[in-house]
Amino acid sequence: MILVPCPHCGPRNVSEFRHVGEATARPDPASATPAQWRAYLYLRRNPAGWTTETWYHRAGCRAFFGAERHTVTNQFRRSWSGGEVSPLAGTPAELGGGVDASTAEGAPEP
Amino acid sequence: MRPSRYSALDLVRHGLGDRPWPRAWRQHDLAPAYDAVIVGGGVHGLATAYYLAANHGMTNVAVIDKGYIGGGGSGRNTAIIRSNYLTTEGVRFYDRSVKLYESLSAELNFNVMFSQRGHLTLAHNDGSLRTMRWRAEVNKLEGVDSEVIGPEEIKRLVPFMDTSTETRYPILGALYHPPGGTIRHDAVVWGYARGADARGVHIHQGTELVGIETDGDRVVGALTDRGRIATPIVVNCTAGWATLIADMVGVRLPIVTHPLQAAVTEPVKPFLGPVVVSGTLHVYVSQTDRGELVFGASTDAYTSYSMRGSLEFTEELAGHVLELMPSLAKLRVLRQWSGLCDITPDFSPLMGVTPVEGFFVDVGWGTYGFKAGPVAGEAMAALLATGTTPENIAGFDLARFPEGRLVGEKGAAAVGH
Repeated sequence: MILVPCPHCGPRNVSEFRHVGEATARPDPASATPAQWRAYLYLRRNPAGWTTETWYHRAGCRAFFGAERHTVTNQFRRSWSGGEVSPLAGTPAELGGGVDASTAEGAPEP
Repeated sequence: MRPSRYSALDLVRHGLGDRPWPRAWRQHDLAPAYDAVIVGGGVHGLATAYYLAANHGMTNVAVIDKGYIGGGGSGRNTAIIRSNYLTTEGVRFYDRSVKLYESLSAELNFNVMFSQRGHLTLAHNDGSLRTMRWRAEVNKLEGVDSEVIGPEEIKRLVPFMDTSTETRYPILGALYHPPGGTIRHDAVVWGYARGADARGVHIHQGTELVGIETDGDRVVGALTDRGRIATPIVVNCTAGWATLIADMVGVRLPIVTHPLQAAVTEPVKPFLGPVVVSGTLHVYVSQTDRGELVFGASTDAYTSYSMRGSLEFTEELAGHVLELMPSLAKLRVLRQWSGLCDITPDFSPLMGVTPVEGFFVDVGWGTYGFKAGPVAGEAMAALLATGTTPENIAGFDLARFPEGRLVGEKGAAAVGH
């Protein structure tokens, strides 16, 4: 079982959540070139290690939030409230002011 | 030394004596240089190496794998073969693969146990029935045996199926594809490995790629944990790990890695003929030659490199299987596993050249890679040997993403992912 640390509801089973995906910075639609926009749409880092993501607690508080997860061990080390801002507007890390809801602090690096 | 051909006479000879069978493929020291290094010893990598040697006489080739051959997706898929796709290009491409699979046992002198028992894709609503009619017509125009059938005929083919209208998702019809079926996936991997080895290809298991050496924008070497190899060509056939290999040369691939789980039951007497797939219920079922039922489903909803199974998967899977075949309620699941799928935004592969000269990709095979192994290997071998991209894989190029011309092959995956 994978426990996802929701910043509002605490640790819950992953089946309650929707994995929105890797946090990516959205370029300005007015000035981005088609190639930049397609890179934003299609390219992800897909690392085997720690990654910053957006999750949606669909069977709980129904809020979007940011989290750091290790993609090999599926451990989470931080999560923070996404606030009122759309997860598509920028990386949650950039939004700042997050709540540290860590359940697996100090998880081993691969 | 070429290993001896397997034959009935050989079987009698070995059965009567105590002579050991020769090794199917050999171990070699890492050579300082190869004409090409193929990363990933699955069906795609080994088929590419085999066709390089068999069709193009290019034998100074190494296949390296950080684990053992067939230990990734090639040994973890549910081994379903079919060519009932939606687009003309898709149908032609996969039909070529089915044709190659049909003659593979003879070609490789290795029994791959291809069992063309038929393939049923169930429709539970009008929309999917319309798409199946569309697929059947495209298939027939391309000479592929495919037809839409009704519940009575489904019941005749699979008597254990609940075709009543008293279910949550009644079965309205199915796309029936008689040439589809299952195969022994390990045997395909071993057969290609043996065939490639016999022609001089070196297969290095337990050899991990740790870096790729470039000179400007050109590949000059492959760095492994067993030493450096000078080579002008590195081919990425690493499926779920594809982006990690591409990162070594700074090529970004539009791929995310999702686990895909599967499970197998205890063996029972043969009762299920065709492969049964339901997109609506996210499940596919087939019975192996040993009698076990093999179940597959959709990918896990999150990206991960973890290959652990989950209880949620088994629970959901069992529920869906029992909706189709309630009489399986007492069957026990023996084991479950997971493999890594390299999912692209348009559910189509990435094949061919990259911005780095000498770095080729045959990845993005997601949940449908095994059935394409032979045709992908054949096409990649032609590309590596001649330098020209074969027409049948031209549409799968990496440049389609920055240029915004994605492939519309919605028949790619058996179930919605």
